[in-house]
Amino acid sequence: MNGSLVIEDLSASYGPIQALAGVSFSVPEAAITAVLGANGAGKTTLLRTITGLVRPDAGSANYDGVDLARIEVAEHVRHGVAHVPEGRGVIAELTVEENLRLGGLFRRDRAGIRQSITEALELFPPLAERRRRSANTLSGGERQMLVVGRALVARPRLLLLDEPSLGLAPRVTAQIMALLRRLVSEQGLTVLLVEQNARSALSVADRAVVLALGRVVMDDTAAAVGADDALRHHYLGY
Amino acid sequence: MRLFFNYTLVGLTQGMIYAAVALGLVLAWRSTRILNFAQGAMAMVTTYVAETLLEHSVGYWEALVVAVAAGLVLGAVTERVVIRPVESRNPLNAVIVAIGVLIFLEASAAGIWGSQERGFPAPFSVIGYTVGGSGIEFTPFNLFVILAVLAMMGLLMALFRFTALGLRMRASAFSPEVAGMLGVRVKRLLTLGWALAAGVGALAGLFVAPSVFLFPQNMDEILIFGFTAAIIGGLDSPLGALVGGLVSGLALSYIGGYVGSSFTASGAVLLLVLVLMVRPSGLFSSSQARRV
Amino acid sequence: MAGIVADPDPVAPATTHAADPAGAPPGRIGPAALHRLRLPTQPLLRHGLLAVIAGAACYLLSVQVSSFSNFNIAEVAVYTIVIAGLALLVGGTGQVSLGHAALMCVGAYAYADLEAHNPHIPLAVGVIFATALTAAAGGIVGAAAARLRGPYLAGVTLALGLAVPQLADHYFSSDQGISVSFTPPSSVETNHWLAWICLLCALIVLFLIANLRTSRWARAFSAVRDDEIAASLAGINVARTQILGFVISAACAGLGGALLAIGDLGATSGSFPISLSILLIAGMVIGGTGTLVGAVWGGLLVVYGPIWLDDVVGSTTSQLGVNLPSIVFGALIVLVVIFLPDGIQGSLNRVVSRVQKRLQW
Repeated sequence: MNGSLVIEDLSASYGPIQALAGVSFSVPEAAITAVLGANGAGKTTLLRTITGLVRPDAGSANYDGVDLARIEVAEHVRHGVAHVPEGRGVIAELTVEENLRLGGLFRRDRAGIRQSITEALELFPPLAERRRRSANTLSGGERQMLVVGRALVARPRLLLLDEPSLGLAPRVTAQIMALLRRLVSEQGLTVLLVEQNARSALSVADRAVVLALGRVVMDDTAAAVGADDALRHHYLGY
Repeated sequence: MRLFFNYTLVGLTQGMIYAAVALGLVLAWRSTRILNFAQGAMAMVTTYVAETLLEHSVGYWEALVVAVAAGLVLGAVTERVVIRPVESRNPLNAVIVAIGVLIFLEASAAGIWGSQERGFPAPFSVIGYTVGGSGIEFTPFNLFVILAVLAMMGLLMALFRFTALGLRMRASAFSPEVAGMLGVRVKRLLTLGWALAAGVGALAGLFVAPSVFLFPQNMDEILIFGFTAAIIGGLDSPLGALVGGLVSGLALSYIGGYVGSSFTASGAVLLLVLVLMVRPSGLFSSSQARRV
Repeated sequence: MAGIVADPDPVAPATTHAADPAGAPPGRIGPAALHRLRLPTQPLLRHGLLAVIAGAACYLLSVQVSSFSNFNIAEVAVYTIVIAGLALLVGGTGQVSLGHAALMCVGAYAYADLEAHNPHIPLAVGVIFATALTAAAGGIVGAAAARLRGPYLAGVTLALGLAVPQLADHYFSSDQGISVSFTPPSSVETNHWLAWICLLCALIVLFLIANLRTSRWARAFSAVRDDEIAASLAGINVARTQILGFVISAACAGLGGALLAIGDLGATSGSFPISLSILLIAGMVIGGTGTLVGAVWGGLLVVYGPIWLDDVVGSTTSQLGVNLPSIVFGALIVLVVIFLPDGIQGSLNRVVSRVQKRLQW
């Protein structure tokens, strides 16, 4: 399948600590796949390995004929992959508009950047208000909007998000989730969503993968995962 | 009053030179967080290159263009070959490496061209203008230098502010990890930063050679004052390099004139301490902590 | 540049940590080996014994070689003193000084001026005075610099390195400087006597610094170097520690400058240009900042580097030949720093510890 991300037997460690141990699952095209699990389960490591920030010990993350885990970080954008990192990612010394523009610098159709920036600003009105101001005047929630907006300006085909709801008001989280849903159905975007907030992720995801101690303990439709009470109590805490 | 006027003019012109050197230091600093001690020596080498061309009947402006191009190459090669291996280590190591390059370049220049002082032409008259019947310490060449440095700064600021390349360079300078994640090939931009720095330095070298003459160590003292200017302005900021240069040039001119020429370096120390006491990172530095 | 030596590993390895005084920092001979060699494990005794042995060895060497070589030996001792102090400042407290020759200049002029006004003053008194005065000057610089970091401190010290010789010229009438007299006891040759004095001073300084590095002060130094905020939270007075670093390194520089003035029979500002300050830093890094032996390498480099290079590579026949030693010197500096980041001594330590592991010492 061309548009899906296939994670195969991915393992990674930080020194003696095995953060991922043989993780395998598929992220189907034009759908949202949520990766869930308690703190320390390996969710962020998984994302960092896929995006090339952490070198894997073994395994692969194949997308469109390329092993994402083994190419340079800077090459990902050129393959249509955009990463929304957890917490960090806004370049505070640049303006809101410059941050957005930076997102689009390496997309295939440079001409459409203007349009995408405008769309991103329409999606997030607080950003539009501050478009020419330095990004460090933004609140936490606004920064997250900026980082998501910037990823969208890249017009990716695969979007990887690491805990986008962290530190955000529930209303904003819902807004972003709804946005993801729309992009999936309108543009066929493929989304891999790592989330601590399992409830909100499951409400919008098509599939869900649950990690514990670096391993996959469940890989099923979001509905099935949401309905499994025992699993929810044990691994997701509610 | 006339003394003050002359000191001011001299200070402005000198200040522009310091600003150009400072700008080179800022460019190298922004891209790699390393102080390029060899900045002055590189400028000296490119000036010798120009001088060699001039000796072979090449025109001044052509020689200038070649000198700047040579600077671009020299800066790029130095960063790629010599600085890259020590970039991620302790900054002091990189400083020593740059010093090694400085010694290497100065000795090589002496080996190739000899340590004898040489003259170097100015493209415009070096006879002072006359105002109200008497001469002042300001020549057409000085005016050219001021305008040229301003123009160069303007071009660079336009590059940074309005072009995609400039945006990528600024992003890499402020946040290399995030820039990399967004697809910026950060390492190439480091090389570009040093190339531009040496190109800017080449101009400074050409502008200064007519008055200090051309010999292997001719840029040493200027480098130190250019350093002072860069630090006063805040190492992160090209605008700071300009302001720092002008402030340094004027201050040192007044001190040298009114107090004595043996007090110029002390004046620099005083200036540095005063400015850094009030703004520990320089006047124009982005003093907010980088938030992630 | 958050502190120019923020990362302790490459330039100032963990050998400065006094975590376990009886233990074996990497590359050092461990307690078991010391017992075998019958060296005392207690630092003070160990250092004292080593100093005496080194002193005897140097004396024997000095007696064997020519007068001119003794002059060189004296110079090596002087630069070892200065570089040891500089390494304490840079590697120990993480503060850089690119103008240290200025402090040497202060020491030289202090000694010379004192002697000029008090012709019969004993050498030791003059030297102690010069050292103390320079230490005080270092304290002032340190106090002014306490808020400055990395490149900012580098810039200030660089300008200072240029300023002090300029001022010395101005206040002590011209660049001829002040002349100094030096009369050894009647039976001893001048340069031999000079070498012994300088060697004695070097051994005393190295002894004192070695003990400092195994004392509780060393922990304060490295804590401040690694993370000022953490250090102050741990109750260490950061500013005072940093100033102390400057005071001690200034004392070393002043001592070195005074000795240099004695050896040169005069204090001249021309002996302390910016290039000397740069050379001191280069010698320190190449010798190996983290160890005291590194300072000795640094001293050897500063004195013998140019001489050796001249012999090996230099020639007077061509313009290129005359400059080849310096060309090679510059290239060597680059190569050593790239390929031997811990300097000569640091790399030797690593080789020694690998050999030790094999032999299981």
